[in-house]
Amino acid sequence: MKKLLYKMPESLSGKEFTYCPGCHHGIVHRLIAEVIDELGIREKTLVVAPIGCSVFAYQFFNMDGTIAAHGRAPAVATGMKRARPDLYVFTYQGDGDLAAIGTAEIMHAANRGEKITTIFINNAIYGMTGGQMAPTTLLGMKTTTTPYGRDAQKDGYPMHMCEFLKEAKGVAYLARTKVTTPQDVEKTKKAIKKAFLAQVKGIGFGLVEVLSTCPTNWGMDPISAMKWLEENMIPEYPLGVFIDKVGDEK
Amino acid sequence: MPKVKGYIEIDQERCKGCGLCIKACPTKVIDFSESFNSKGYHPAEAKYLDRCIACGFCYRMCPDVCITVYREE
Amino acid sequence: MEKVMVKGTEAIGEAAIRAGCRHFFGYPITPQSELPEYMSKRLPEVGGVFLQTESEVATVNMLYGAACTGTRVMTSTSSPGFSLMMEGVSYMACAQLPAVFVNVVRGGPGLGDIQPAQGDYWQATKGGGHGDYKLIVLAPATVQEAVDLTVLAFDLADKYRTPTLILADGLLGQMMEPVEFPEFRDLSTLPDHSSWAMTGAKDREPHIITSFDIDPYILEKMNLELVKKYREIEKNEIRWEEFKTEDADIVITAFGTVARIAKSVVEMARKDGLKVGLFRPITVWPFPYEPLKKLADKAELFFDVEMNMGQMLEDVKLATGDRKPVAFYSRMGGVVPTPNEIYEALKKEIGRRE
Repeated sequence: MKKLLYKMPESLSGKEFTYCPGCHHGIVHRLIAEVIDELGIREKTLVVAPIGCSVFAYQFFNMDGTIAAHGRAPAVATGMKRARPDLYVFTYQGDGDLAAIGTAEIMHAANRGEKITTIFINNAIYGMTGGQMAPTTLLGMKTTTTPYGRDAQKDGYPMHMCEFLKEAKGVAYLARTKVTTPQDVEKTKKAIKKAFLAQVKGIGFGLVEVLSTCPTNWGMDPISAMKWLEENMIPEYPLGVFIDKVGDEK
Repeated sequence: MPKVKGYIEIDQERCKGCGLCIKACPTKVIDFSESFNSKGYHPAEAKYLDRCIACGFCYRMCPDVCITVYREE
Repeated sequence: MEKVMVKGTEAIGEAAIRAGCRHFFGYPITPQSELPEYMSKRLPEVGGVFLQTESEVATVNMLYGAACTGTRVMTSTSSPGFSLMMEGVSYMACAQLPAVFVNVVRGGPGLGDIQPAQGDYWQATKGGGHGDYKLIVLAPATVQEAVDLTVLAFDLADKYRTPTLILADGLLGQMMEPVEFPEFRDLSTLPDHSSWAMTGAKDREPHIITSFDIDPYILEKMNLELVKKYREIEKNEIRWEEFKTEDADIVITAFGTVARIAKSVVEMARKDGLKVGLFRPITVWPFPYEPLKKLADKAELFFDVEMNMGQMLEDVKLATGDRKPVAFYSRMGGVVPTPNEIYEALKKEIGRRE
């Protein structure tokens, strides 16, 4: 007799992901769906997709969805939540969307303690447009617009969004995680759940920054990319829980 | 304590051959298939199912939700 | 219904609330800050939501989000702020989202100044945002008309699932006139958007709202749908006013507050025995080409007056063709023309042609 343990979550549409082999988008999409399933809120949740590789995210989630203009997802989500506070709204954004063009919108949504949830994928590069520098690109990292390596004097420093956002009093949950091992995947799921609970419990703004690989634009195979992340991104972007006003999961 | 026995199904057409499940499996159940799927990848294949302990690590790491995990009861 | 003395910006705000709007997102900018201020006080009184945003860019995207849930929503701004909203306007037009925008136009371009102008006509009617889209644009000339057109703007937005624009100016925004407000709309009678709105996929397939398709053939279909809609609006929704045009040899064309100044010019000219009339578009998109074209059968001269470099002028010329001459008088930079100076210019033009 076989007991089913893990399968395609209800909150995913089942459509095959358009992401590259080994891209961490898929893992995080599934975790979000698992959390929404466990919280039982699929029928009341709206997804706001960004501009980036995950512009198609609305096709992969089994719920009402839209695409926001580049960087504006927190504003779109704010409009939705203020119009329908009884619904749950989450944004899913990359590092260009959230940390470049969208810095004002994410800062202000966090500052207002907007009761929305943001999942922030940080892979230190612009994926969809072919590998340009992101605000989160590491110093010395070669991208298509930093062919000599990112130079602090010319291009500034890698941007630490969690460290900026932790100053906002409206933030109810803030964490930085990774998904390179099964244990980290489980930790990230817990963090995502808390970020959603911040909204479900009506406490405030929740965000999880997930350090992720971009094998294609880093020019590595998926396994090597994870090794590179461990060795290079963790020292720059320390993992941890910055704010937790959610407390117990109950 | 009796050993937990697991069983997995991999959707080989969905699989992109990224290898994350292969690396994650603690009992080396999975390896790349010799054949190609219609996308042109060597998909993951559950070659040594008798070693499966239903830990779910393969499911956790798979970015494409290709794997379904069961526990024998 | 009793009349109240009220400022243009506040009148528009109250009219929106009467029309059933309970959500306002906006950012301060002169000369319309009184509108968000009024809404910040009034909306909580009626159980509505007001939010001052961090920028006009955020504002238009909040409108997008709220409109996705199928609720009436509006914002107001002035010229530079409306420029910031252009991407969002294009998104909302393509995604077929209803909402009402108010642009209280000031001198431009650039930072300009804070005095009245009409320099955003092209931006409003020929598309300030990218792509093939149109906004329904209503140009009130009095505070009462601003009230009536605000209600109409919401109705048209819902009817056609399209963003609409009240093209006002700093003069209208700041002047006070007695107005009659309509009764409060029963919210349960508002149009039903449940067939497409994002309200939670309970017992139904998910509703997806985007202004995008990666497949050009599908995007073309989306564009054709929009074109079909715009043709229908052009057929059904043109509005204009004619004042003493029945026997007019000379027709002044003007919109908004300049048109009401032009009305005085018509009276002055008539007193001097000149057969002058006024043609005032109320919808500047869809533009009333046909009725204006008809006037070109009888009138000998058209005299377009605007507070810009000649924007509606192009539509007037399009309507009248090469059949009759179209002269032009303008002030820019926030300067408002007086009836006298317009009349002097008109007389000079007449003199030149004799």
